[in-house]
Amino acid sequence: MEKLQEIAEQFYNALIPQQRYLAYLDGLKMTLLISFFAVILGVTIGVVVAMIRVTAKNGKSVLLKILSKICSIYVTLFRSTPLIVQLMIIYYMIFTSRDTNPIIVGMVCFGMNSGAYVSEIVRAGIESIDRGQTEAGRSLGFTTMQTMRYIILPQAIKNILPALGNEFIVLVKETAAISVIAINDLTKMAGFIGSRTYKPLPPYIIAAVIYLIIVLILTKFLNMFERRLAKSDNH
Amino acid sequence: MITTKNLQKAFQDHVVLAGIDQHIEKGEKVVIIGPSGSGKSTFLRCLNLLEEPTGGEIWFEGTEITSKDCDINKLRQKMGMVFQQFNLFPHKSIMQNITLAPVKLGLMSQEEADRKARELLERVGLPEKADAYPNSLSGGQKQRVAIARALAMNPDVMLFDEPTSALDPEMVGEVLEIMKELADDGMTMVVVTHEMGFAREVANRVLFIDEGVVKEENTPDEFFSNPQNPRLKEFLSKVL
Repeated sequence: MEKLQEIAEQFYNALIPQQRYLAYLDGLKMTLLISFFAVILGVTIGVVVAMIRVTAKNGKSVLLKILSKICSIYVTLFRSTPLIVQLMIIYYMIFTSRDTNPIIVGMVCFGMNSGAYVSEIVRAGIESIDRGQTEAGRSLGFTTMQTMRYIILPQAIKNILPALGNEFIVLVKETAAISVIAINDLTKMAGFIGSRTYKPLPPYIIAAVIYLIIVLILTKFLNMFERRLAKSDNH
Repeated sequence: MITTKNLQKAFQDHVVLAGIDQHIEKGEKVVIIGPSGSGKSTFLRCLNLLEEPTGGEIWFEGTEITSKDCDINKLRQKMGMVFQQFNLFPHKSIMQNITLAPVKLGLMSQEEADRKARELLERVGLPEKADAYPNSLSGGQKQRVAIARALAMNPDVMLFDEPTSALDPEMVGEVLEIMKELADDGMTMVVVTHEMGFAREVANRVLFIDEGVVKEENTPDEFFSNPQNPRLKEFLSKVL
């Protein structure tokens, strides 16, 4: 009984005095802000890179082949080095000016990292669509790009949604690494509070619960989207 | 309407078409038969450049489509194609399958395209399937929709690549029936098929392609009753 009371007190201390719950909220806002823009950037980069690589493979354009090579190097670099190292390098080497906004660095770095993975997911999705679909589109008079936009991508997105959702979930959690460039995200805030109360466990558990809730909401949202896209499967 | 001059196609070292000279008139119905691997489908797919020829020329309505400055997308709008595997768009309803290209390519407004699509569905006998999705259709129904989709572009010529080969035997008839009606309406048609009955009944001219060349061509009567080429004789004796 006494033990329980002690634990309750620890959680109380981690949340209520000095309006500490506001600190989690600030951290959560930062985590969501960075995740949101990183997802947007990642998907944009991913789709563009995937389309360049797929069209270069089937086409003859020299420019596309060169672009495709650059894309392939980008994917290799970002997939073969640890995210935290990428963060450090982008923060210290590329954005060297004094007034660099670390939040922007975070969004760019996570976005580019995620873009490398998303591009491989999208590429697999595009290549999973039967060649006959492209041929049907082209035979009706669509250009390569129109065929991609109206026929291939809508079907590819349906196929890759589970993998893409997985990538978003990983991304949201990976943003916890952002604290190394002095951004006060959810994990960092939990650390701060732990160092104030001398009891690090409760704030981290609170942070964990918040991450869990974010991911559950995200999963729910993705499932809804998946069901909507599946309507053409009904017999 | 379509002329090929010494049309050649090779995949790396493998020669599929070894020089084909053909002229297809407006309103003509040409049926192409031949053993599998003979190059007959490749020939058909070259006509709208789904396969890029490695030699020779193709002319369509006075334009050389094999030339570099030719806008093939524009010309493909005038050449409808029907595939063995139907290739309907599974994420679109039947109506959307038919109206997608005319609307997005700016040939018709959505209302015009919808009206045209209903007309075509009536014509292929599937008006009640307008809002269904391709996955809920039988093979024969899918192929009829595919024909409607190609017709929605108001093509000048229709290319059929073994349109009944992927169908259950009992569904072959319904597709051939639509094709016959189309032929009676005066559509220019090039058909690769194994349906000898269709060739006999509908074609103006039958081509026998083997080893990448046209080994024999004739009116269907002469072609089937009095074949000259020994390879054709052998082929006909097996399939008839």
